[in-house]
Amino acid sequence: MPDSSMVELAVPGTQPEYHFPPYVSTIARSPRMPLVLLPRTQMERNGPVFGQGLIGEHDNDLTAQHAGNPIGERILVHGRVWDEGGRPVRGALVEVWQANAAGRYRHKVDTYDAPLDPNFAGAGRTLTDESGYYWFKTIKPGPYPWGNHHNAWRPSHIHFSLFGSGILSRLVTQMYFPGDPLQPLDPIFNSIPDAAARTRLISQLDMDRSESNYMLAYKWDIVLRGHVDTPFEEGHP
Amino acid sequence: MSDNSVRIPASSQTVGPYFRIGLEYLANRNPVPSIVPAGMVEIRGRVLDRDGLPVPDAMLEFWSGARARRLFDGNDAENGIPEGFRRVATDEKGEFALAIARPAAETASDAHFMVLVFARGLLRHLISRVYLGDEVRNDSDAVLLRVPPDRRATLIARADEKQPGLYWWDVVLQGTNETVFFAW
Repeated sequence: MPDSSMVELAVPGTQPEYHFPPYVSTIARSPRMPLVLLPRTQMERNGPVFGQGLIGEHDNDLTAQHAGNPIGERILVHGRVWDEGGRPVRGALVEVWQANAAGRYRHKVDTYDAPLDPNFAGAGRTLTDESGYYWFKTIKPGPYPWGNHHNAWRPSHIHFSLFGSGILSRLVTQMYFPGDPLQPLDPIFNSIPDAAARTRLISQLDMDRSESNYMLAYKWDIVLRGHVDTPFEEGHP
Repeated sequence: MSDNSVRIPASSQTVGPYFRIGLEYLANRNPVPSIVPAGMVEIRGRVLDRDGLPVPDAMLEFWSGARARRLFDGNDAENGIPEGFRRVATDEKGEFALAIARPAAETASDAHFMVLVFARGLLRHLISRVYLGDEVRNDSDAVLLRVPPDRRATLIARADEKQPGLYWWDVVLQGTNETVFFAW
């Protein structure tokens, strides 16, 4: 029986462990001492709220941030942000960043020999609307090599950062694409023990929102910890 | 419309080495002012790994509570970020510096900051707390009292001897003097 005066722990298997040696960078950076249980206080129940003033005109259209069109497969990525009780999370700040179509990040430490695209920065942000809905127009990111092990390649993914109703609903994760053969080989994706939880990070092809002769759409719903109306109420299972 | 089925929260994945592309804009909106205003504190420190090496690709988020929260609606002041929230990335030496509203401290149990730690190599962010070293309420704080006595100092930011309002706090991810992190 969990103690409802303490911060709730994640459903077993649905979150990666900090120490996961197949992802080599975890070895020297993951804590080894026991994690301490935390009582719920007002501070954990609340979190920062961001306003529309943080969001610029083209911040959720990554294809419209430069003078020309970026190269690659134009896509819509969209979905809704939910709380654990199945209610939409309104006004959630959603931030994204990604590689370009060639698998290159516009970042000084990315030394992969693939071209940068002068028309693609690979960053966006938005706030969910009254129904918890968000959308980004972007370019499908390419896979890219990394130094974790010999011939290591990341599957195509978009990084997502979200703020929900309280600081404990904070989430940073990655959205993947359906049918990517690199997923079974990727230590980061496979750091999540539960197969169903891994599958929930994969977007779905959405022909209803795809536009003929223009772009494909991928739908991805995101569930954040907590409840909008009564955050972390007593007695929640 | 609401769907009342209970849903399982999405899994975390690392921020990776390239998070600055998407996340640093928000940190950059709040450089430490040359004179830190009353009601705010300055916190400086480093993020270190198991071997004591600086972590140059870490990001910290500090939260000092809802009372310090301020909504921003485009007509509001400078930058759109609540005063009780700060995001900061480490530099090439693993160092960080921020100015943030003092904790709301409506009750003794709120006289601290929550800190979220993100980095390449962290598959899920870490949660810690930082207490200001000259805060008398620390001695009776229920969470500090739960922490093994020999580890409590890792949660306490040292008040600078010369500059009032400046505190020093390192985050040690692993090893000797490993910072206390909380389960969630």
